[in-house]
Amino acid sequence: MNLDEYKYKDLIHRCFRCGYCKFPTHWDDVTNCPSYARFRMESYSNGGRLWLIYAWLTGEIPWSEHLTQILYTCTSCKSCVEKCPLSFNEDIVNMTVAAKAAMVEMGRLPNLVKKFFQNVQLYGNPYGIDAQKRSDWMNGMPVESYGGQEYLYYVGCEGAYDTRAQKAARATAQLLIDGGVSFGVLGNEELCDGNEVDMMGEEALLENLATRNIQQFSDLGVKNIITLSPHAYNVFKNKYPEFGGHFNVYHSTQIFADLVKAGRLSLPDKSGARITFHDPCFLGRWNDEYTAPRKVIKAVKGADFIEMDRSKKGALCCGGGGGNFYTDFLGGSEESPARIRVREARDAKADILAVACPNCLTMLEDAAKAEGLDDQLKVMDIAEIFCQV
Amino acid sequence: MYKLNFNEEMCFACKTQDCLVRCQHLDIDQNTARAEMEKIINGEDSFVLHDCVTCYACEEYCPHGNHPFYLIVQRQDELGISPLPEPLVKRGIQTGIPFRGEPEISEIKGTALNMGVFSNLMDHVQGKLFEGLPIMSHDPRKMFHYFCQLMYLHYGKTSLINERLVNILETIAAHKATELIQFHDECYGTYTSYAPAFGIEVPFKSIHLFDYLYHKLLELKDDIKPLNFKVAYQRPCSSRLSPDMHPYVGKIFDLIGVEQVKREYVDENALCCGATILGQKKEGSRRYCVEIQKKNIEDMKKAGAEICVFNCPACMQTLGMPVSKNGIMPLFMSDLCRLAIGEKIA
Amino acid sequence: MSSILNALMDIVGEDYASDRYEELFTYSKDLGTSEPQWPEYVVAPKRVEEVQKIVYLANKEKVAIVPLGGGLTLAGLALPLKGGIIIDMKRMDQIIEVNEQARYIVVEGGISHGAITAYLHKQHPHLMHSEPGAPPAATVAGNIAIHGQGDLAHPYGFNTDMINGLEVVLPTGEIARFGSCAVGSGWYTMHPLPDLGFFLGWNGTTGIITKVSLRLFPYKKIREMDVFSVIDEELVPEILYELSHLGLSEDLITTSAAIPPMMNRIHNTSIIIAGDYEEEIEFKRHMIFDVTLAKYIHSGVGGIGAVSMERARPTISKSADWKKGGGFEYVGSIMPVSSYPECYRRGAEISEKHDIPYTVLGRVIGCCHAMMFSWFYAFNRADPETVRHAREALHETDEMVMEINGTIWKPAVFGQKLMMDRMDRTTLQLMKKVKDLLDPNGIMNPGNWEVK
Ligand SMILES: Cc1cc2nc3c(=O)[nH]c(=O)nc-3n(C[C@H](O)[C@H](O)[C@H](O)COP(=O)(O)OP(=O)(O)OC[C@H]3O[C@@H](n4cnc5c(N)ncnc54)[C@H](O)[C@@H]3O)c2cc1C
Ligand code: SF4
Ligand code: SF4
Repeated sequence: MNLDEYKYKDLIHRCFRCGYCKFPTHWDDVTNCPSYARFRMESYSNGGRLWLIYAWLTGEIPWSEHLTQILYTCTSCKSCVEKCPLSFNEDIVNMTVAAKAAMVEMGRLPNLVKKFFQNVQLYGNPYGIDAQKRSDWMNGMPVESYGGQEYLYYVGCEGAYDTRAQKAARATAQLLIDGGVSFGVLGNEELCDGNEVDMMGEEALLENLATRNIQQFSDLGVKNIITLSPHAYNVFKNKYPEFGGHFNVYHSTQIFADLVKAGRLSLPDKSGARITFHDPCFLGRWNDEYTAPRKVIKAVKGADFIEMDRSKKGALCCGGGGGNFYTDFLGGSEESPARIRVREARDAKADILAVACPNCLTMLEDAAKAEGLDDQLKVMDIAEIFCQV
Repeated sequence: MYKLNFNEEMCFACKTQDCLVRCQHLDIDQNTARAEMEKIINGEDSFVLHDCVTCYACEEYCPHGNHPFYLIVQRQDELGISPLPEPLVKRGIQTGIPFRGEPEISEIKGTALNMGVFSNLMDHVQGKLFEGLPIMSHDPRKMFHYFCQLMYLHYGKTSLINERLVNILETIAAHKATELIQFHDECYGTYTSYAPAFGIEVPFKSIHLFDYLYHKLLELKDDIKPLNFKVAYQRPCSSRLSPDMHPYVGKIFDLIGVEQVKREYVDENALCCGATILGQKKEGSRRYCVEIQKKNIEDMKKAGAEICVFNCPACMQTLGMPVSKNGIMPLFMSDLCRLAIGEKIA
Repeated sequence: MSSILNALMDIVGEDYASDRYEELFTYSKDLGTSEPQWPEYVVAPKRVEEVQKIVYLANKEKVAIVPLGGGLTLAGLALPLKGGIIIDMKRMDQIIEVNEQARYIVVEGGISHGAITAYLHKQHPHLMHSEPGAPPAATVAGNIAIHGQGDLAHPYGFNTDMINGLEVVLPTGEIARFGSCAVGSGWYTMHPLPDLGFFLGWNGTTGIITKVSLRLFPYKKIREMDVFSVIDEELVPEILYELSHLGLSEDLITTSAAIPPMMNRIHNTSIIIAGDYEEEIEFKRHMIFDVTLAKYIHSGVGGIGAVSMERARPTISKSADWKKGGGFEYVGSIMPVSSYPECYRRGAEISEKHDIPYTVLGRVIGCCHAMMFSWFYAFNRADPETVRHAREALHETDEMVMEINGTIWKPAVFGQKLMMDRMDRTTLQLMKKVKDLLDPNGIMNPGNWEVK
């Protein structure tokens, strides 16, 4: 890859490295880029990364393992876009994604990233678990296979395979049943949605997944999709149209908000609880949905809803995006973003940290354990606050 | 050179001198008005040329459709009398200079919406009301190529308007649209009042935004849910150039079910937003500006307005914040209409 | 792995020391026109003891150390001219104390100005500090190491005039405190102890600033920017003089720029006023425009350019993109306010010569005691020719500043030399003695303020 072939060749050198992009909405601190928060070296800040990419593309510095690592610690959380004052700010995350794509093309990637892609290719999920186990999450639940119901409930890889996220997938299914929503699932036929693959720069694999998913959805006559994960929500909504897939896509919290409003859910009583909410990047910054999850949480009886210092557009990413929930490049430290985040929830005196994303759920729950906070701070998917199955 | 088509005979024969007698800002009786108009017509100095706050209203007050305001500005220009201090004039003149490349000319068939110099307000022309309308001047970097220039009436500079309008008209004409809905009624005034008054040919037809909105709302009548707000309307100076379009304000309000509050500064007695008065040379201008803004807002408040509806972005910029500090929500007319058909606004 | 890297990792932990190419590359450049200067190591300490150990190590190994904050001076002042270790100070970002009543805040040196402002807004809404117009990632220590100025420059002077106490790790590794904190009496004053002011404005060549007590000032609820415009640059000094006599504004900044055209050859003075009540604000506007500046307005030579504009955090970074190339650098100077007209004219000439649209800015410091006058030169990072032009323009401007009896602010090495060439010999020798005394091994940011 050289600069001429790079999509942002006319833009990338225009980053001034001024560092506005390090800040959240209310300028609390320079640590809102999860990658920079973790490593605190300029090379891991967005500006540093863009300068490195430019130097690499122009041949000023060579490719290296460490360079790929720096790229892949970017979680595509889009926080940097919010404060960059320059006219091209909308593209600054895409610049890194495009550089990852260039590395994919060269085939020179960190092993864990390679493994991620291989697993998705071979098994349809990043964990490398048998596709025949995909429907295990719903064992014993009265969930129908999709066949013309109003909605397809798309569970996604984490919800299907991760033991912790499975509980969120089940709670979500149960709430949909309780709310009288007509829906079905794909079971073992479900395939990775491709959002992470996209953010990790594997364009061909994304195309492959998208085409196959679209084919399957269309063959089954799917029109409306409910996703458990904001990641799937994002790619279905914003990327699939490019491959000819046009569906009405909803995140589960958007459906719950409607159900709550229509009085179709029984509201749990959590008297005395203090609930805070961690905005998932792919629901919030990528899709501007900040109200639906809050409406649902605020419907919980007897609980106080509190915001953390950094919320909504300024929320700190849990560090799981861009495949990092799997590669864990940001893990292993007190300054891992998820651990910073649970400390923030603790500082807000929350006893429930509500999430709306299976990635955030696993990242933050592990972090709470690592911080020794698991006794005082429960990490729960919003659906789980309503029902646990 | 373009010449103002001003009927002097008609003016000498006028029985009211309404142009100056009704001026809200200068206290002038009929005799004085007649004498001063005579001086102005004859190209002589008059205190009116110095004290005029350039609110455009006399253009509407003249019962004969003569052009007293254009005449005043032309004389200011000829005699070198500027209502504004030099730095503001220089800045104003330079503001209109395009500096970020040439516009891309794409051919437009039929009708388009012309944003003029407000390309960054595209958020206010979204949704069903504007669906399918080609937009002219949507790129803020190029917007000065579509700047109608009428602002310079506040600067005592008809010559500059006339000089620059030629290029602007050429740029617009190059798109080949036959009909333009003018986002800003200053553009509308330029092409339907000012240009004809100076004998400048305009190669397209203009439609006033409110005219357009009204008819579009009629088409979408089934979607309208009455809003039941109490609203005040901030009438901009340029609307004085198209008084025949002013009734659309009331018609739109009726259609979308909002009540226009009864107040003093309304219709022909509307008060200017003050933006241009603020910086004028005449002693006490700033204080006067503050005073009329206060009167205006107090009047809206007293009448119980919940929303102040704006037509002009400059009025919005000047009064938007002060009205909202007074508990009245500022809204563009287009946004109010969008609310009425159940759309969300930015 | 080298023994120095090992030692650094022992001090700060593995994650926070590096000698990898990518880190070294990143720290070899700053945002301006300086040529890259490569460090050998980068380290990011969290605690003062860690800083101390790094300094001991550097002395032992005779390797240079360069403290770095936001790295935003543009003038290459934190580039390792002689290699060595970059100490990225930004993990030292704690707020230690705020004394609301005595109006001061004690912070660690690596905290960003943005973070202080955000914290005060939330926790002490009646207090503010003087934030520089730099990007908010600029650090407190970095800013005082170059005598910065900020939002409250007009009433209170340089940011270094607003310091109540300091903690410094000396070049030999000892920790020293200055001000009342040195006698254990808290952080509320720098005086009346004997003055040992060897650290402010020294570009980190005499020690590493680890704690700072900053004076805070009343933060009023309403704040707005009003603008007064003139064409004749000769009027600017007297207008600023009169406004400073009136004394109602928080900040006075005059700017002029070729782009956008509306600014071209016009001098716009931003007048920042604040008040807790609308009446207070209107009273200030009245005194400023209807009384103090009225004569300029009536005679037509001055005009109210704007009132009640929002006072937002400046984003001068945007000027980096005028050449669509993400770069600019400026020469700053400290000048008498009376030099404004000449500064502007000479700057516009230099800009024109190098085909760069001119941009100049003068900020009043103190009660018109001086002004920080700056000339901005944009360049396209991807086009070496424009970088060369900007660099030449900067050097010519440095020389011009000297020629018109100004003082270069935060000079790059080129400007430092011009100043030292002209400096009183005794002063220069004293600088050298101080430096030799404090830093016998010459390890602290060598190449800066270096007396030969
Ligand atoms: C767009 C823009 C606008 C600007 N506007 C202003 C302005 O309005 N006012 C203003 O004052 N400045 C301004 N600056 C200049 C500069 O960014 C600031 O002064 C900034 O505060 C410098 O701090 P820093 O943390 O970036 O310092 P750095 O660049 O990191 O360091 C500056 C110097 O201090 C030394 N240093 C850093 N940390 C320490 C420490 N802990 N102990 C000892 N020495 C140390 C460094 O070695 C270097 O020599 C501006 C810069 C830009 C890019
Ligand atoms: S991405 Fe934007 S905010 Fe971040 S360093 Fe670059 S120019 Fe500055
Ligand atoms: S997208 Fe998130 S992780 Fe990536 S550079 Fe921006 S702020 Fe950092």
